[in-house]
Amino acid sequence: MNTTTLERNRTEKKSVTSKSSSQSDTQTKISVNNLNLFYGEKQALYEVSIDINEKEVTALIGPSGCGKSTFLRTLNRMNDLIDGVRINGQIKIDQEDIYQSNDVIKLRTKVGMVFQKPNLFPMSIYDNVAYGPRMQGIKNKGELNKIVEESLRGAAIWDEVKDRLKTSALGLSGGQQQRVCIARAIAMKPDVILMDEPTSALDPISTLKVEELIAQMKNEYTIVIVTHNMQQAARVSDKTAFFLNGEIIEFDETSKIFSMPSDQRTEDYVTGRFG
Amino acid sequence: MVVRESFESSLKELEEKIVEMERQTIVMLEKAFSSLKTQDIEGALRVLEEDDEVDDLEEEINRLALWLMVKEQPVARDLRMIIGAIKISSEVERIADFAVNIAKATLQIGKSDSKANTAKLEEILGICLSMLQKSLKAFFEGEMSLAKEVGDMDDKVDELSDLVYRELTSYLSEHPEETNHVVQLLFVNRHLERVGDHITNIAESAAYLIKGRIYDLNP
Repeated sequence: MNTTTLERNRTEKKSVTSKSSSQSDTQTKISVNNLNLFYGEKQALYEVSIDINEKEVTALIGPSGCGKSTFLRTLNRMNDLIDGVRINGQIKIDQEDIYQSNDVIKLRTKVGMVFQKPNLFPMSIYDNVAYGPRMQGIKNKGELNKIVEESLRGAAIWDEVKDRLKTSALGLSGGQQQRVCIARAIAMKPDVILMDEPTSALDPISTLKVEELIAQMKNEYTIVIVTHNMQQAARVSDKTAFFLNGEIIEFDETSKIFSMPSDQRTEDYVTGRFG
Repeated sequence: MVVRESFESSLKELEEKIVEMERQTIVMLEKAFSSLKTQDIEGALRVLEEDDEVDDLEEEINRLALWLMVKEQPVARDLRMIIGAIKISSEVERIADFAVNIAKATLQIGKSDSKANTAKLEEILGICLSMLQKSLKAFFEGEMSLAKEVGDMDDKVDELSDLVYRELTSYLSEHPEETNHVVQLLFVNRHLERVGDHITNIAESAAYLIKGRIYDLNP
């Protein structure tokens, strides 16, 4: 049973850095206000407020257990699946409060997710990518072929797999599998893609390929990525949020976070003094 | 537990090398000027030899800084510190070259009975040495006020240098037979003025380290 409950918190926005430093012209895709999350009695997120821009890459960094993955999972309500999770505050995607709607399937279509380890189904490459669209009721072979090809191209893996689409996806290398996972997410035509340490199980070259892919994908998608690799955050993201003990300590342009952070705790973390 | 202990100790090593470079350069400037005053050819020649040690230190600093960038992938203050070390070592190396140029002026003058006054040049040298110490203190101890002070002191150097130029050219018109000696002193005046500019660049590196943005302390 899903015991997630929702408490509305209508208090005024706190003047946190995560709300004040965004000055670009791009539009806000995701707006989070005073988000608190509890696992039973234990509070995991404290008054998180952040505006995530459309078609940008936003990196979430911080030491283990700081709440960054927990926060990421609130953006497509993955935490609903965990017993005892309680949330208050507000998350709006395209102005719509995602915790007000009961249509979680629609939300997860719009907000795709890629996990730490490639988690392809034990079926062919083609069927993996076509899985979501088929579940949505698309039966037309031509249409499915088109979606599969576009998605695999979008994930920069088409040339490597186009001649073996009907073979098992599990025969691919880890890096290839992860890009097929990204293709599978793209196939649902999401607006937002959440990535939870998407390269931590990959070799360095596969990691660079996925990073290149992220750079290309941001023309079309809003990407939020959790990473333990700070150089990766520096390479791929436009903005970076530093989490510590369930709070956002600092949120700013990535170049600022890694060259002249405002908060000493951010400085200590990015320079490897703790964490 | 100190995280990144070996990185910390490498940064310390970088700092020590810069301090050593500074110490050697100060000694060279002092020796070069005292050789000029006393027409000590041997002393001037020793300054020329000592320049190699400063050049070697610059190379060591650059090598260590580059390796730390590759190995540690520094960010934020660490990165600014390492970039600063590279820039500062280059400035100090140039300053040591000016000490060499002053020593060469001594060699050019050889023996001379000129009565041209070098007191103001010595005053400029004193200000420059103090500036060098302050600029590096600003860098290593993060004291922005010292960096700004160095910028102000450079204005004083420029002012004195202009004055020395006027005095020496006037002296030259009255003592054309001392042309070689006075022209060399004019060169020394120019070298010291440039030393002030390079030290101001060091202060700008210090300001960048402290504030994370570029300052022009020598507008």
